[in-house]
Amino acid sequence: MTAIAETPAPPEASALPRRRRRGRRWTGWLFVGPFIAVFALVFLAPIAYSVYLSVFRTQMVGGTKFVGLENYSRALQDAQFWDGLGRVSLFLVVQVPIMLGIALLVALAIDSGRLWGRSFFRVAVFMPYAVPAVVATLMWGFMYGTRFGLVANLNDAFGIDLPDPLSPGLVLASIGNIVTWEFVGYNMLIFYAALRVVPHSLYEAAAIDGAGEWRVITAIKLPAIRGALVVALIFSIIGSYQLFNEPTILQSLAPNAITTAFTPNLYAYSLSFSGQQYNYSATVAIIMGLVTMVVAYAVQLRGMRKEQ
Amino acid sequence: MTTSTKQRLPRLRAQHRSLTRPRRSPLLTALTLIVLVYSLAPLVWLFINATKTQADLFDSFGLWFGGDFALWDNIQQTLAYDDGVFGRWFANTVLYVVAGAGGATFLAVLGGYALAKFDFPGRRGVFALVIGAVAVPGTALAVPTFLMFSQMGLTNTPWAVIIPSLISPFGLYLMWVFAAESIPAELLEAARMDGAGEFRTFFQISLPLLAPGTVTVLLFTTVATWNNYFLPLIMLRDADWYPLTLGLNAWNAQASTAGGEAIFNLVITGSLLTILPLLAAFLLLQRYWQSGLTLGSVKE
Repeated sequence: MTAIAETPAPPEASALPRRRRRGRRWTGWLFVGPFIAVFALVFLAPIAYSVYLSVFRTQMVGGTKFVGLENYSRALQDAQFWDGLGRVSLFLVVQVPIMLGIALLVALAIDSGRLWGRSFFRVAVFMPYAVPAVVATLMWGFMYGTRFGLVANLNDAFGIDLPDPLSPGLVLASIGNIVTWEFVGYNMLIFYAALRVVPHSLYEAAAIDGAGEWRVITAIKLPAIRGALVVALIFSIIGSYQLFNEPTILQSLAPNAITTAFTPNLYAYSLSFSGQQYNYSATVAIIMGLVTMVVAYAVQLRGMRKEQ
Repeated sequence: MTTSTKQRLPRLRAQHRSLTRPRRSPLLTALTLIVLVYSLAPLVWLFINATKTQADLFDSFGLWFGGDFALWDNIQQTLAYDDGVFGRWFANTVLYVVAGAGGATFLAVLGGYALAKFDFPGRRGVFALVIGAVAVPGTALAVPTFLMFSQMGLTNTPWAVIIPSLISPFGLYLMWVFAAESIPAELLEAARMDGAGEFRTFFQISLPLLAPGTVTVLLFTTVATWNNYFLPLIMLRDADWYPLTLGLNAWNAQASTAGGEAIFNLVITGSLLTILPLLAAFLLLQRYWQSGLTLGSVKE
């Protein structure tokens, strides 16, 4: 749900007279203090703790000892880790463009004013966002089923033999479909909200210059919502690298296709909760956090540079 | 020259009209309808299949009703199964939403107000910290948070789910922008001149002005908490503390365990009951979330 947080200049505090401001210098902390206190407990402390964990190793014999960057070099040579990272990267380059592309097209269609019932479209396409990932995955999982799902129905009805969406070769695409379904409407709404604040006078000016609809889209609308596009892209990247819920829940329906190291996140989870390897698990989580931040930062830099 | 201008005028006028008051397009509507069907079909599937008995689930067509209309029966069974554990999960979810999302909204409103209306030492630092935190993958924090909480004896208690839910960086950001725009500085000055304390000013003057933004943040934190799966999954062992999401998944997994009873009809009906409150909230509060998202994108 963390969305659209652009990185703008913070809105300025109201210009108060110097004399009064000095007396209240610290008053702001009374209001922001509680947020910062909890934030330190659930964000800063765990980050520090996982860095601490990642440089130690716990063994049955010998207890916990400092190992420096040994866990990191182990992760970088770990085939299971690389497999998972490769899988989510593939997911990222295929699913994210499809999802954002559909979202953008729908947003442009609704914004064009050429649809009948546009507010219905807007609300209905957004609805899946309110459905928990668990319910979305269970629903699609049942529909994918070759026993009583829609796939089975189609096979029976047409006497065909559709490939099993939950087979090892297709399961990643099936997960991609679930994620697309969940977030297409959410991204559409972000784009649509950005399109609504484009000044109307720009369209009128374009019309006077004789610009057609496509020209207006490419020359006015898309540049105007570049910020929203970059933000949606960054959050989709974070989401892809964090992929966890959908594969874990599908696991009970497709135990052979989804391994315990299917995504890096699932791997980190299995390492700590089935393997008790907390130190190594923290290391995998930190590496994934770094990868995510580097990619998100690169996208943001590129997005902002083009803006000029 | 004059003739060409004359010829161009009607065309220009037509273009102007098409951009400012465009004609409806059946083709575009039909194309967008595909996405609409894609978005709604699974929900329709869910409703239709919640009306089926377990036997009908297996041998009737997925997108049409089965022989018996068993919706009420399914609902009764869902609520009664395993001594009414579904009701317990529902109550837990409500607890996590009221305490977690309610608390997150409260902290975000207080913090956003402070950032927008007070100039205090470290204000820029708070901004950088929170924006930076958005980029940290939440799951990277999960394992260390779990270990910390287990040392504090908080795991397997409601606190383990509620405390991490209290932070919503996006909520803080939204309230910040909203407070900056909706509370005039003169109003606060006037209240202070009249001798009102800072907290009284906040509760009596600022809070009512912040109401629309607050509802938006509350709605989004509610969805995040209601739909939360990963956090309770690692924090809770005892099924009595499960939220709905974890409970439904446990019911589904039951079919694939040895000796477990398959209760797919209850999983499907339970899923329907789980999403209805949120769908209703989104439909009733449309005005708020739509304006809230617009607000977030105004600031470029």
